[in-house]
Amino acid sequence: MSARRIFAQPARYAAIAPYLWMVLFFLVPFGFVLKISLSQTAIAQPPYLPVFDFTEGWAAIKAAFAQLSLDNFSLLVSDNLYIGSYLRSLVVAVTSTLMLMLIGYPIAYGMARLPQRWQAIAMMLVIVPFWTSFLIRIYAWINILQHDGLLNKVLLGLHLVPAPVVWLSTDTAMYLGIVYSYLPFMILPLYATLAKMDPALLEAASDLGASPGRTFWLVTFPLSLPGVGAGALLCFIPIVGEFVIPDLLAGSGSMMIGQTLWLEFFTNKDWPVAAAAAVALLALLVPPLLLYDRLQRRQLGGAS
Amino acid sequence: MVRKVNRLSPFNITALALGTAFLYLPIVILVIYSFNASRLVTVWGGWSLRWYHEFFNDRAMLDAAWMSLRVAAASATIATLLGTLAAVGLVRGEGFKGRSLFSGMLYAPLVMPEVISGLSLLLLFVALNAERGFWTVTIAHTTLTMCFVTVVVQSRLASLDRSLEEAAMDLGCDPVQAFLRVTLPLIIPAIAAGWMLAFTLSLDDVVIASFTTGPGSATLPIRIYSEVRLGVKPEINAICTMVIALIAVVIVIASLAAKLSSSEAKSAAPL
Repeated sequence: MSARRIFAQPARYAAIAPYLWMVLFFLVPFGFVLKISLSQTAIAQPPYLPVFDFTEGWAAIKAAFAQLSLDNFSLLVSDNLYIGSYLRSLVVAVTSTLMLMLIGYPIAYGMARLPQRWQAIAMMLVIVPFWTSFLIRIYAWINILQHDGLLNKVLLGLHLVPAPVVWLSTDTAMYLGIVYSYLPFMILPLYATLAKMDPALLEAASDLGASPGRTFWLVTFPLSLPGVGAGALLCFIPIVGEFVIPDLLAGSGSMMIGQTLWLEFFTNKDWPVAAAAAVALLALLVPPLLLYDRLQRRQLGGAS
Repeated sequence: MVRKVNRLSPFNITALALGTAFLYLPIVILVIYSFNASRLVTVWGGWSLRWYHEFFNDRAMLDAAWMSLRVAAASATIATLLGTLAAVGLVRGEGFKGRSLFSGMLYAPLVMPEVISGLSLLLLFVALNAERGFWTVTIAHTTLTMCFVTVVVQSRLASLDRSLEEAAMDLGCDPVQAFLRVTLPLIIPAIAAGWMLAFTLSLDDVVIASFTTGPGSATLPIRIYSEVRLGVKPEINAICTMVIALIAVVIVIASLAAKLSSSEAKSAAPL
């Protein structure tokens, strides 16, 4: 006990450097986003009005605060472009998360049923795409989905379609890309809970006369819910702000909020509105982020 | 007896087979087509290394690849150092002030949309008047990837038997010696896996790099991305295949590192 106590001291100090790093490069930047979202565009380049000048003393700071405006936010609310992209992000994220659950669950379930030795291999197979470049994997799909790509060749060859189907720049392609990219994020937490499950529970259910289907619904599925929740959040939160996949695979019709932010920033060069869009996106994500944090803590249990 | 309820059904096998095919088929097709001699990406013109030659004569792409490798190596190294310290602080140093804020900050970037992280870091760099280029991208990547390193090292550290360190201290080590001589060798595989994960994540990122880089210092993904937006080019197939090959080498080394450690190293598997 006393040894433990002594050890706790230097271990605490170990956290100082990473702590400061995260405060400086993760927390503080949000302050700047917030500040710029409340400022006005000055010929679309920094510095923006108002600029905080700390050398001028408190009066100047107060004057600067007085100039902060909510204009960018009222623009977000009044313009259909922003509300539209906000809603589209939600719809896309909910739809793809549901698709991921439906596709990921059977795979994770199958993995948990494999013999021990094979489980490690299957786990490796799921993790490898996670290490492989995500941009490259989206690009691989463009190869397949383009007008005279492999998919159309196969469909035409099998006489399933009379003429090449347009796949690229459609929502179908976007959903395919999202499901493909995020599948490992859904499978891993699901597999983790399913593999930990005590087989004795299933035996008990079958001894008591439950059919395999009934056992699944009454025992396996409810017990896997923490994994379902973790997987859903792990996919849902980043999908809401997704930029690359909709930009490369979806049509140009309607944008997600991540794309809108990107457009405001890089094309329109309106940094204050881009910052306001970021604040709005963050606000949308705070509840799921808190939920994710809570689930993480519970899963790590005593470890954290 | 356990086998009775736990055995594989044809349904399980189908799900696994389809899942694996779905995950790997596009990559396999990409790799095959990178050796296509034809200029048209969709017409097979026989095997050839033509597009690899093209890449090695493309100054802009080579510069971008070099920039990416340097950023990935630098940010992975800093991230591994900081992430390991963070994991030690979280697992071994209980109850310091602001601990929950700290662990919250370390989990948020794992799921935070990249456009937010990228934009907020850029606004910080602009406010600090920092010249954007190699170092700003490296700092941005370090911030993101150290969180992954922390998770990997933390899970390994949490599964270690604490009495090993206590024994070392009973035998006269001070806490720092106990950590360096006993704990560190035991978690080295996880630290190595963390470095490699950080390296590949950095090599992959388009969004954060686009926000934080300056003119004239594009990374490889930024280049690939702008090319891909203009249409599919066979040269991109070759570049992507080389990146995949590089990452495959990294994965093999990482899994060897994991094998070298004891059998409990399973919990230190990436992610």
